[in-house]
Amino acid sequence: MSSRIFVATRKGLFTVRRSNSHASGWEVAQAAFVGDPVTMFMRDPRDGRQYAALRHGHFGVKLHASSDDGRTWNETTTPVYPEKPADVEDVIDPMRNKPIPWTLDMIWSLAAAGADQPGVLWCGTLPGGLFRSDDHGKSWSLNRFLWETPARRSWFGGGFDLPGIHSICVHPQDSNRVTVGVSCGGAWVTENGGETWENRTKGMYANYMPPEQRENPDIQDPHLVAQCRSNPDALWVQHHNGVFRSTDAGRQWHDIPSAGPSTFGFAVAVHPNDGDTAWLVPALSDEKRVPVDGKVVVTRTRDGGKTFDTLRSGLPQTNAYDLTFRHALDVDETGDLLAFGSTTGSLWISEDQGDTWRTVTTNLPPVYCVDFDKSGA
Amino acid sequence: MARVAFTQNLQRHVECPTADAAGATVREVLDGVFTRNPRARSYVLDEQGGVRKHVVIFINGEPIKDRTALTDAVDRDADVFVMQALSGG
Repeated sequence: MSSRIFVATRKGLFTVRRSNSHASGWEVAQAAFVGDPVTMFMRDPRDGRQYAALRHGHFGVKLHASSDDGRTWNETTTPVYPEKPADVEDVIDPMRNKPIPWTLDMIWSLAAAGADQPGVLWCGTLPGGLFRSDDHGKSWSLNRFLWETPARRSWFGGGFDLPGIHSICVHPQDSNRVTVGVSCGGAWVTENGGETWENRTKGMYANYMPPEQRENPDIQDPHLVAQCRSNPDALWVQHHNGVFRSTDAGRQWHDIPSAGPSTFGFAVAVHPNDGDTAWLVPALSDEKRVPVDGKVVVTRTRDGGKTFDTLRSGLPQTNAYDLTFRHALDVDETGDLLAFGSTTGSLWISEDQGDTWRTVTTNLPPVYCVDFDKSGA
Repeated sequence: MARVAFTQNLQRHVECPTADAAGATVREVLDGVFTRNPRARSYVLDEQGGVRKHVVIFINGEPIKDRTALTDAVDRDADVFVMQALSGG
């Protein structure tokens, strides 16, 4: 069971550890990059190296790495877009009628390949480029297929002005099989390490779009794609329109019509050993991104979405306006330990699959990403 | 030689001492500075060479006009100042 949680926030990266001196059994034990926006964190399970993506308000995006378990950090190679060739036409953002720039705006996702591909890392960004490194992040290259696909002309921003890649699910047994989620642009799958991709969204729909666009794969807004470790064909999506799941690696998606108080939200986590068990943190609706009735709850299904428990024990149930962003819910390698953070700086933890929760802190900056150390350390 | 100074806000991330550099345009002057201090380049300019959205460059107290190609003329002995815009961050 994990004993460490990494929490990336609007103003720093915090390490939370088990503690006997705090009522929750956990406490904030370490802080890095205090004052700077940390949009994404990753610990590479293959070598323990940690990565923190910074988005300086004035001075651009920078990737930092630590090889000593977070004690010291060094700026490392940040993926950057190549020079736009003069003969390549601009891709025009269909919502804003402006060219999509060839400049890095934010790192929104980081993932390590498996042991079968040592050194391979993936990085998803705004304005929609996916980068791959074959040398532990010393160098990066833009994935040409996804950047050049005509489908990108339909992509647009969801949550940000620019489209972006927020989810990268590497198949645990075959690192050549990768699923990425794009807001707004669908759920793309490669089975050859990124040479070619297909957008698998059959069954997803977007009722908020004009009817002609409702089922267009290239405008779908999966807020997060989550994959079951032991059953990688089992995928869950918290979509802008609701909740969807697939049991066949995204070839067919099934609508989950009800999931507790609301099907709107951003985060979803899947039990690592049971693809039918998943957790969500609902918000009221697109236009009101706050908990339903001011009560923070987590919803859990154990039967693939047929039924849901609404879990609230230990969570604030009056006048709570915490929103949980897409990367701010995580489950550890046992499936027993869950943690989630909020836009108002709260962090909650459960050691019994969500039945009961304890407050670790209510004083963090807005939480972007919660990530268990899954090495068991 | 123009004299190029950087905001204290930037020094927190990367050391940028005031530097003298020759050049007829902002691009030439900054290239001179960043050749000697390569890490600072990506904090001021994006990967396409434009000034970052929330960075402002002044020449003798006046903001530059061309933020993309950096063609504004720089007089010999000009003071160039690179600072964070108050618009963002």
